[in-house]
Formats: sequence, C-alpha cells, structure tokens
Amino acid sequence: MKTRKILAYILGMCFLISSILLGISIGTVSVPVWDIVYIISAKLFGLPPSDSINPMYVNIVMNIRLPRVLLAGLVGASLAIAGAAFQGLLRNPLADPYTLGVSSGASVGAVITLFFGLSIPFAGSFTLPILSVLFSLITIFLVLLFARKVERSMKVETIILTGIIFSSFLGAIISLMIALTGEELRMIISWLLGSVSMRGWPYVQIILPFFIAGSVLLLLNGRELNAMSFGEERAKHIGVDVQKRKMLVLIAGSILTGSAVAVSGTIGFVGLVIPHLTRLLWGPDHRHLLPLSILTGGSFLILADLAARTIITPGELPIGVITAIIGAPVFAVILLNRRPERRG
Amino acid sequence: MLNVHKLTGGYSSAAIIKDVSFELEKGELLGIIGPNGSGKTTLIKMLTGILPYESGEIVLKGKCVKDYTAKELAKILAVLPQHSFHSFSYTVKETVSLGRYAHQKGWFQSWSERDESIVNEAMDQTGVISFADHYVHELSGGERQRVYLAQALAQEPEILLLDEPTNHLDLSFQKELLDLLRGWTRERNLTVISIFHDLNLAGLYCDRLLLLESGEVQIDHLPNEVLKEDRIRKVYRTDIQKQPHPIVPAPQIVLLPDHASDEPSAFINEDLLEQSDQHIVLKSPIPLRTMSSGVVGSGTGWYQVFVNRHVSKDYNCDDHKQEMTAYLKKNGFEPSDAVGMMTAVVLDDVSFKYVEQGDFSVFVVVTAGVGNAVDASKGTEHCFHPLPGTINTWVFVNGDLAEEAFIQSIMTATEAKAKAMLDLKIIDPVTGTIATGTSTDSILIAASQRGQRHDFAGTITPLGKVIGQTVYSCTAEAVRKSRKRVKK
Repeated sequence: MKTRKILAYILGMCFLISSILLGISIGTVSVPVWDIVYIISAKLFGLPPSDSINPMYVNIVMNIRLPRVLLAGLVGASLAIAGAAFQGLLRNPLADPYTLGVSSGASVGAVITLFFGLSIPFAGSFTLPILSVLFSLITIFLVLLFARKVERSMKVETIILTGIIFSSFLGAIISLMIALTGEELRMIISWLLGSVSMRGWPYVQIILPFFIAGSVLLLLNGRELNAMSFGEERAKHIGVDVQKRKMLVLIAGSILTGSAVAVSGTIGFVGLVIPHLTRLLWGPDHRHLLPLSILTGGSFLILADLAARTIITPGELPIGVITAIIGAPVFAVILLNRRPERRG
Repeated sequence: MLNVHKLTGGYSSAAIIKDVSFELEKGELLGIIGPNGSGKTTLIKMLTGILPYESGEIVLKGKCVKDYTAKELAKILAVLPQHSFHSFSYTVKETVSLGRYAHQKGWFQSWSERDESIVNEAMDQTGVISFADHYVHELSGGERQRVYLAQALAQEPEILLLDEPTNHLDLSFQKELLDLLRGWTRERNLTVISIFHDLNLAGLYCDRLLLLESGEVQIDHLPNEVLKEDRIRKVYRTDIQKQPHPIVPAPQIVLLPDHASDEPSAFINEDLLEQSDQHIVLKSPIPLRTMSSGVVGSGTGWYQVFVNRHVSKDYNCDDHKQEMTAYLKKNGFEPSDAVGMMTAVVLDDVSFKYVEQGDFSVFVVVTAGVGNAVDASKGTEHCFHPLPGTINTWVFVNGDLAEEAFIQSIMTATEAKAKAMLDLKIIDPVTGTIATGTSTDSILIAASQRGQRHDFAGTITPLGKVIGQTVYSCTAEAVRKSRKRVKK
C-alpha cells in the first residue's frame, strides 16, 4: 500500500515536470530542453547568462512561455483540487466547483468589470481578477445563506440545488449583459471561452497567493473530507466538527475556483475529470487524492494549453475547447463504467 | 454515566420527543422500543448531537452534551447508524481507521502504533479482519454493518448507540452481533443503547427496556415488565401474546394473526378413529394444540395425526424415537405432524367414549394393560427396564383450553386413572400394594382451541368433571377387556 502511494507521487511529479518542459519547449520557435533547464536554473541561482544560449530563447522562456505554462499549471491545479474537495464534500463524483455556482459568480464579476469598464483605484489591471474572486466569495456565501434559510442543517442536496438555481440566474445575467454590450462583445466572449495566453507574470502573481491559501486549507482537511464522504452524520459521530469543516472547504474551494476563473475564464471539465481519474488510479483517500489532483490537474492543463496553441498554428484555440473535447468523452466513459453500487 | 432529563424537541415546530427522562449506568444494555413514529431515532439523534433539542438536558459523565466538542464527544460516544453512505470505494481498513479520527492530534494527525493496534483489534473482534483490504461496497449488508461496528469500536467509546443494528441481518448475524454487544457490556463495561424493532431480541438481550409511545416514555423497566401483553397490545395496537422463552428466562412476544373464519371447523369424535392390528390412528382435519408424553411429537405443540402403535413385548427401545419416525413415514404419516405412542397391549382392547356437555365435548381413547402395574408411592422399590407403555390415555377436547387447563386436564386424567386401578384392585406385584398406574404410561391432551374457553380443568370445573368421569370409565373398561384376554 505504502509503496503504491510513493509511486503515485513520483509518477505525478514526473508527469508535471515533463509537461512543464514540453510546454516551454514546443511552439513556433522550439527551445531545446537542456537550454530551458539552464535558463531557468541560471535565473533561479543568479548565474550569468551563458554565451552558448541564444538570447532570444531566454526572452521566450522567461517572458512568454514560462509564465504561460505556470499559469496554466496553477489554474489546472486549482480547479482540480477544488473539484476533488467538492466531490468529497458532496459525496458525489459528478460534482464540481461549477455545481455550487462559484464559477458563475466569478464570471459575473468579470463580465461586470468588462461591461462597465470598472477600475479599482491602484489595482489597475488587477481589477478584473480581484472582482472575480470577490464575486465568487459573495456567491458562495449567498448560496450558503440561502441553503441555510431553506434548511437549517444545510444538507448537501439543498446546497447543490441552491447552486443550480444561482448558476442559472447568474448565467442569465451574463447573457443579458452580452446582449446589451457593443464593442466589448468580442473581449467578453473570448474571455468566457477561457484562455491562459497573453497573461504574463502579473497573472501568475495574482493567482499564486490564492492558490497557496486555498490548497493549504484543503490539504489540512483531508481526513475530514474522508469522514464526510461517509455522510455528514457519520462524520459527526466520528468526531468531525462538520459545520466548521464544511465551511472551510467551501471557502477554500471558492477561493481556488474564483481566482482560476478570474485569470483564465471558464475552463470546464478539469475540476470534474481530473479528481475522478486520480481517484480511480490511486484511491479515494483525500489525504493523497488532493495533492495528487494538484499534480495531475496542473500537468493536464499545461498539455491542454500546448495543444490549444499548436493545433492550428499560427492561430490559437480557446483552452476550454480542448479540455471539453478531451474531458467530455473521458467523462462519458467513466460514467458508463461506473459500478452500480457506487452511488451517484 | 448518562442522564437524560425532561428532554423535549423535534425537527420543526411540533415536538417529537416530549419530556423524556432516563438514566443509564455503566455497563448497562438499554433497549429502546416503540412503534413506528414513536420517536426512537429522533431520540438517538438528539443523544448524539445530530439534532438540537428545545428544552431539557442530556448530561454525559457529569457534563452537558452541548458543551462537548465533536472530538471529545466522539471519544466517549460512538454510533452505529441504520444506514451509511459509501460514495467512494474505500477499503475496509481505511474505513475502520477513520474511527481513530477523534484520537489523533495535531495538524498532521500522525498514525501511531496504538492507532494501528486498536484498528486491528476492532477488525478482529468484529470478524472483518480477513477482508481488511477489500472494498466496503463489495461486501454484503451484514459484513458492511460489521465494518461500521468496527469503525465505532475504533473510537474506543464508553457508550455505543445503535439504531436497529440487526436490520438487514440474517439470523446468525443478528445473534452474533447481539452476543458480541452483550459480551462487551459484561467484560469491559461498555454501555449500550440500542433501538430494537424486534421485541423478542430486545427482551432476550437487554437489561432494561424503554418503551416510547408518541414521543413519551410509556415505561422504563425490566423486559419482563415492559413486555406485558396488555401494554404491548395497547401501544403497538396489535394482537399479541407473551410467552416465556423455552431456554432462557426472557419474555417472548408472538403475533396473533386474525383467525381466518373459512378454516374448516372440526369435531373430534369416534368417526375420526381408525383401528388396525398395527395401530390406532386419529386424524384431525385441523391441527390440535397438544400437550403429551409420546415418543414422537411430545411436549407442547400443534399436531394433526395421533398414532398409538402396537409393538411386541420384547421391542428394543434403544433408539425408539428414530424407529418410530421411520415407522410413521412408512405408514404414510408425516412425523412432524404427528404424536406417536407405543403400547404392547392388544389394540382390540381399546376403549373410547365421546361425551358432550353444553358448549364443549370430550373424546377419550384408552389402551390399557396392567402387566407392569406400579404403586407410584413405592416406585423406588422397582428397577425398571424401558418397556413400551401400557396405559396410553388420549383426551381430545372440543374447546379452547388455557395453558393451565392443559395441566389440570393431565392431573384430572391421572387421578381418574389411579382411581380406576384402585377400584379394580390392581396390585403392584413387587410391593403387594394397590397400583396407581404402570411403569411406562403416556398421556395426550389435545384441544381444538375453538369454541368455549376453559381456563381450568380441575375436578370442580365442568370440563374436569367430564374428563375425570370419562377417563375413569374408559380406563376401567380397557383394563377389564385386557384382563379377560389374559385369563383366556
């Protein structure tokens, strides 16, 4: 059992590292893998630039591809770990951040920013991500408030239903704003389809603190998630402070989802398929499922982004299209193969 | 240990639990019983802190349950729920290990050797250790229930709460689980509260029963007192009867189905009697309630065929039960439906008589021979070999007899037999005194359990009078017939 867990982490790390290297290496200009390794380590350890390396490579790696790959990795990791946590909490392998209306909330925040051309003083170009995170937090609290109003014990079913109600409502608001918008239309649409291109280091900096905060919060609740996947009453019998833990998981999940949506738009299926695949491969123990989902989710989105920008060069596909094209069929297969004993 | 005081509350505005108070000592096994909707599960949910309550208090080890943190409570109190979710495929061991949650400290909740050994012990005790690496969702219902029991045990609780633990379990698992629970209350002072649907299991295993009726405590007492017929009939609104358990001193409740009126009514009289050289048989159209000392179908029961079989005087009685069963089968009688007796007497000497009186009637059949006549008061002077019975008395009553009436019927019939021996001056050849019967007599009392009810059958009752008189005359006649044959 133990060696299997170690193997899982080793494979996950290898997958992530090779995805990063591939993501940086491949493009309109190919950069040799060893050059990438040297450029990055030179930057990390403050070594002088080597003469043998083309300065253009340094520019491509450090200013264009590395931030892009890191951003894709962080978004994928955020969505995957949030999805894994929500699935455990809701005891439903088909659940994901979107079910709770969190990503719709974040989208509304972003669309409102674009529509009204809002700008928070001193935040400048960060207005969009900050407002997205804010809106996703507001949404999750509204969802929870509403669910509590419906039923004091806030059963999982109630939360999901409430999430669906909010999602539809917020989706309608987005459609309304798109219908009303004029020249901003193209920008909103492309943002909605999801992409990690042309974001650069500032976006990596904005998602990183949210990613760290959210992931640490979730990783500390691995055992509680294990207990809660046996039902909330059972978790309480075992000694879990269910109300508090549930709140922590929901907040952490919405921080992760909100910030991911803010920097990259809506990218579907990562939060759904990656935790599911990871669980099938390595088991449902959340203490390992959460970190392994980070590794797999990050790698997956880096590769998806690589595909998005290479398939129709010099053009670029929205990354959400790639994840949906890969994710939906995979998910359909999983759905078909689900053992009947496993409750949906 | 646990003190519940004037507990009131429920799901919404209407209180489901009203003013419930009870106390529980360490090591007790308390059963909570009550009809559907009486608030059993609600009460358990309040005790475990799942459901808030409006007023009253629950004091656990001197501290109000509300003041415990979830972890503190889980170290004292464990729950085996009626249903559990198993959304993801965890292994048995992973599932049981979760029970250690409350005992683990710190941010990284390291797994100690003590945790490991307690989990293994819990799996061992519940018999799930052999499939520790199997997935929970692949197990059968009974195995799964034991996995969750192991999980609860891994909490090292002082109180274990169970909600219908035997639900979905087959007989052997029910017994295993409850034996295990009771063992733990005795050996390690575990306190157990369990909801029971099955009153018989509750009566068999619990030290005390708490009967809930529409959210209130109807009674909280010993099982024998709680499971009184009148009380259970009233609270459960159904027709039942209470009986003692045949082996252990515990009350058992049996359901009384509505008697289908289209069942054939029966009248037992000489028309049903068939006689051959081999046996005398009475076949009743309906099963009769019997109390008898035959070779087959003895004790109490319900039987339809009654066989008095002739055997030779040198019949080998070593395994008479099996031989008799084989005989019945060979002659087309279903042994499980029959009371069988043996006699060495010539069956032609049988004497029977049908007497009708008022609302009831009695049919008596006697075969008698007095070769082994014995004075019961001097039985110690005899040394017996098991010989086939010589006075076999059958008493059929077309009436409804209480248990007491069966016993008194036997008394009355025996007294009448002894009197017949006296009047015929049958001498015990060993002691020289008047005999009271023979060394291997058998008796059968069988009643149709229809018609008039008889609570007693002593010699003062009309039934007793008829039985006494009829058995006396039949016995006397049978003995006379047999003597005549011997003299010839």
